[in-house]
Amino acid sequence: MLKYLSKKAFELIPTFFGITLISFFLIHLTPGKPTDVMSELNPKMTPEARLRLEKYYGLDKPIIVQYAKWLSRLITCDFGESFSQDKRLVWDKIKERLPITIFINFVALILIFLIAIPIGIRCAIRPNSLYDNITTVSVFIGLATPTFWLALILQLIFGVYLGWLPISGIKSLGYEGMSLLGKMWDFTSHLILPIFISIFGGLAGLSRYMRSNMIEVLNQEYIMTARAKGLSEKAIIYKHALRNALLPVITILGLSIPGLIGGSVIFETIFAIPGMGQLSYMAVMTRDYPLIMALLVIDAFLVLIGNLLADIGYALADPRIRVK
Amino acid sequence: MIIMNMFWKRFKKNKLAVGGAIFVFLLVIVAIAAPLFAPQDPNAIDVDSILQLPSVIHPLGTDDLGRDVLSRMIWGARISLAVGFVAVGIATLIGVILGAIAGYYRGLIESLIMRLVDIMLTIPSFFLILTVIAFVGPGIWNIMVVIGVTSWMGVARLVRAEFLSLNEREFILAAKSVGASNTRIILRHILPNALSPVYVYFILGIAGAILLESALSFLGLGVQPPAPSWGNILASGRENMEIAWWLVVFPGMAILVTCLSYYLLGEGIREALDPRLKT
Repeated sequence: MLKYLSKKAFELIPTFFGITLISFFLIHLTPGKPTDVMSELNPKMTPEARLRLEKYYGLDKPIIVQYAKWLSRLITCDFGESFSQDKRLVWDKIKERLPITIFINFVALILIFLIAIPIGIRCAIRPNSLYDNITTVSVFIGLATPTFWLALILQLIFGVYLGWLPISGIKSLGYEGMSLLGKMWDFTSHLILPIFISIFGGLAGLSRYMRSNMIEVLNQEYIMTARAKGLSEKAIIYKHALRNALLPVITILGLSIPGLIGGSVIFETIFAIPGMGQLSYMAVMTRDYPLIMALLVIDAFLVLIGNLLADIGYALADPRIRVK
Repeated sequence: MIIMNMFWKRFKKNKLAVGGAIFVFLLVIVAIAAPLFAPQDPNAIDVDSILQLPSVIHPLGTDDLGRDVLSRMIWGARISLAVGFVAVGIATLIGVILGAIAGYYRGLIESLIMRLVDIMLTIPSFFLILTVIAFVGPGIWNIMVVIGVTSWMGVARLVRAEFLSLNEREFILAAKSVGASNTRIILRHILPNALSPVYVYFILGIAGAILLESALSFLGLGVQPPAPSWGNILASGRENMEIAWWLVVFPGMAILVTCLSYYLLGEGIREALDPRLKT
């Protein structure tokens, strides 16, 4: 088990460097420099001043040198300082925004699994029943809905017309003066819509996936054997089939993280949540190289951790993998 | 031919898929013949009829410059569908080429390609797309290319898997034994047999690309106004969302119904190609 996991963890290292390499080159080789933004905003910027600026940020050096320098700093967890006006350390900027994004996505991920798996099972038990057909159509509607649009519609309904939920930020103005319970409700009510939106897309895909796995497992011969020896339908489904049908779903855990991160950019921008997604959007719009690279690295790191967790889950659930 | 007949027979039974196919077909016609269908010039500014509710003259209302929303959406269909089609076309082309090379030649080149696939799947692609588009500028061609270049991995995996299994079949061995060249075997013998999952991917991918373009437009990085796309009609409607719901509701519904049709059509084709999935 330990050997298997350390092998898996070791495999992540080249992937990680591959990601940084591709991202770095893609971002630095695309036309459009961060100094363009600075000079557009400043009419007094002369070509000489611009060169000085590029030199200051090390943008005049060959890209290989820039990458090597960036990488050597990364080893010591130094992401450098932001190109933006405040010149703050990139890590400081990220640090204060990381918790809220991780919190929302973590809650969303758990809810997705808790809701989608039972739905998928129920559909698989009676394929093409009324329940299954309604779910199937809902799943496709879910996949086809632009989440940012749904977010706007919900803001309009619950925030503007009904006035039940706040539509932006994570705290109300009078937050400091509230009682503990009031603070908790205030925080929760701000997060209901964002979490709902980030669950929405994942739910459809996962329940569909769970359904097809379960159907496949239920057609296996060992299930027929279990039926033949007279086990109750409950025991067959929850003891024999479920465990096997869940295996591929675990892999989805790792694969769904990039989607959640992409989703964060959208819903954090819409709901004005001061998290990583909003920071990503700002970094991209101001072409803040160090910040963009740091965000990509952290995102990639989260994705790889997700993959590793999926591998651990897989090994725990399936003895065949542990032994191999 | 027999296979095609069986395919049709199974496909026709799936009412939802047929509905999706009809809708997609009609939409493509409307998009191609946009000038015939659009009641007004999509860019005609009319200061006397700003933000008007849906009415007989403007069935879907007008926007903040008094432009007819229905006409803009019909022209927008053209752009949104074109972005979806071309972007997925690029992705499919890259995926088929790399998947075929990996699956046919095996060895080092296969490990390199599949490693690249793994890495690309791990990069949060939406953020990467956002970054690249913010740098190169948000033109319609840039968007098609960037979406295409970042979403070929699924096809590559599918095609490689098909190649791996087809490579072992006797008719390939026969082709090799009569001395057919590698290129001929790949193009004439394996590829035509490996394409059926790619068709399904293509149809489903178009829906994904339309959604992606609309999300980019929403963040101001999609197709740039005044050219109308469903995403940017929605994005510009957001500012007046509280007083003019129709600017947000209709383009969103258009995206939803279109993508839904593509998904139903794609699933219908998938099931008709492989009836085992149905059960």
